[in-house]
Amino acid sequence: MNAWFTHLPVVPIIVPLLAAAAILFLTERARVLRVAVAALSIIAQLAVAIVLLALTTEAFPDIWSRGVGAYAIGGWPAPFAIVLVIDRLTGLMLVLNAVVTLAAFVNSLAFWDRAGPHFHALLQLLAMGVNGAFLTGDLFNLFVFLEILLAASYGLLLHGSNSQRVRFGLHYIVVNLTGSLLLLIGVSLVYGVTGTLNMADLPARAAALSVTDRTLFDVAAAIIGVAFLTKAGCWPLNFWLPGTYAAASAPVAAVFAILTKVGIYALLRLGSLIGSADALLHHEGSALLRPDLFRGGLYYLGFATIGFGIVGTLAAQQLSRLVGYSVIVSSGLLLMVMGLDHPPLLAPALFYLVGSVLATGAFFMLTGMTERAWRAPSRPASAAAEPALLSTGGYVPFGVRRGPPVPEPDAEVGVAIPAAMAFMGLMFAFCVLLVTGSPPLSGFIAKFAIISAAIQAAQTEAWAPAAWVLVFVTLAAGLASLIALTRIGMRLFWSAIGRNTPRLRVLEAGPVAMLVLLCIGLTVAAGAVMRFFDSTAASLRSPQIYIETVLTTGGGR
Amino acid sequence: MEALFAMAIGVLAAAGVWLLLRPRTFQVIVGLALCSYAVNLFIFGMGRLVVGRAPIVAGGRVAESLAVVDPVPQALVLTAIVIGFATTALLLVVLLAARGLTGTDHVDGREPG
Repeated sequence: MNAWFTHLPVVPIIVPLLAAAAILFLTERARVLRVAVAALSIIAQLAVAIVLLALTTEAFPDIWSRGVGAYAIGGWPAPFAIVLVIDRLTGLMLVLNAVVTLAAFVNSLAFWDRAGPHFHALLQLLAMGVNGAFLTGDLFNLFVFLEILLAASYGLLLHGSNSQRVRFGLHYIVVNLTGSLLLLIGVSLVYGVTGTLNMADLPARAAALSVTDRTLFDVAAAIIGVAFLTKAGCWPLNFWLPGTYAAASAPVAAVFAILTKVGIYALLRLGSLIGSADALLHHEGSALLRPDLFRGGLYYLGFATIGFGIVGTLAAQQLSRLVGYSVIVSSGLLLMVMGLDHPPLLAPALFYLVGSVLATGAFFMLTGMTERAWRAPSRPASAAAEPALLSTGGYVPFGVRRGPPVPEPDAEVGVAIPAAMAFMGLMFAFCVLLVTGSPPLSGFIAKFAIISAAIQAAQTEAWAPAAWVLVFVTLAAGLASLIALTRIGMRLFWSAIGRNTPRLRVLEAGPVAMLVLLCIGLTVAAGAVMRFFDSTAASLRSPQIYIETVLTTGGGR
Repeated sequence: MEALFAMAIGVLAAAGVWLLLRPRTFQVIVGLALCSYAVNLFIFGMGRLVVGRAPIVAGGRVAESLAVVDPVPQALVLTAIVIGFATTALLLVVLLAARGLTGTDHVDGREPG
């Protein structure tokens, strides 16, 4: 039985890959079959992710006794072959990804999956890339999975193409291709200097480098850092983000909410591992390395990112852009916390990460519904998806012939929910509370925990001003988004001019409610959840278990 | 040889970055291609430049371990080439779609001014 469990880490990668391939084989007409395959795959991913997360906790000590599991692909011993590693942080991110993907999938069934071909296959490939990026323990493999998720995200962004999407898609693709080239330079430089690509093997090798090689290694780490900061939406590398997220269709924007956190995750993971190399060096009394410089840089970049996000939040006129800026604010806050490198801050930051992904995911889907309510009734969304087609003399992007006609979103198909405006207003209020961090929901608890830890640090540590700035910025970001969201909310829900009540179907409203309920669940069970995040943060701070587990894996299996 | 190799990478990267910053989509795509050539050469160079060493197999037999070049960067560069090729092809399609939908080849979808 245990032998089966040890093979589980590879499942979150294989299942969506097979599902995507199977979906491609089915024709557009076999929609029910396609949807069934996609649904099975996502539910399987969610179940496996939950099992994996449970296996890394103390509840099941007989599989991976120390909370970290390593899986050697092909059974080759560790530093030479690719390993998949599962620990608490990875398990947590896998569950988060499965939840967000499930929500976006259900939401897309209302009509977005028929606005263009291959939506479900692309969604599966995106899930595969994200899962792989969280799981892999190999730097180059991380690059490959990032490319898979980016390639899928290009397709999803352009889904239901109109000129807006193609324009921002172009920016998004060019920025990410350039970021990938930077990542490649960094990864190959790391290999050239240390002779290894295994992330667990890096710290020891890096600590043993000569002074010249160490400088090269630092340069490589910095280049890799820039690549991940681009993905995380860090200022000044984030001008692509608000427009792109606003241009994407609602369910796509919802899954994109987790993509920036892939960059954050990679920075956390590599920071934890390479930071342990720093510790080794300090032990030997080397003055060469200045981890404080790197960390301090993250702090100031995070500060600038939040500042940019606040200004953008206040200036945004469109709800979807505003939510995009709140993604930037959340990235900035996480970067600032990571920059302070204060252990008690890490667990609240993880709580904030999970809560903000769920909240922005729900918000993006809600945005898709509100946009329908304030559009002239003569322009249903299926035609709105191709206004440029009419204006450019019948140009058909990507040579796509229209399949069976897409049902209009407001057409009487499926079960509509009653009191649509009341539902949307309620969900809007919940999302605002979550995103701004106002009481009583999970956003408040996360921010409160961050502020409380920062104030405690300010009283005991030498860097008190930095902690006070963090407190101030956290509150200012919440206030700014509260002002901006209140203004937009009043315009959307209290002024009746030009509004027509849309028919909301259970399929599209359900996922929003599900994500909001999850956040409420996080609030209710905050004590238990926070204890779990504390243990996750503790495992990140002591990467020795991770390193030892990976390096003793493989061979002879 | 190292100097020549480094200069080749430098020239490719410089030309690529310059083109990447140009406002026309075609220039951007050629710039990205040049940059990816530079990066591919760089990855290759990370396995150290040597002449006359065998890849892993020489004359039908596994060569002695000290007389082979490092095969890992070669595997990496193959992967990078394939991925770069695929994404450039995708970008080319998006470029054509943008040209068709907006009627201009400016990256912002409209002519400045």
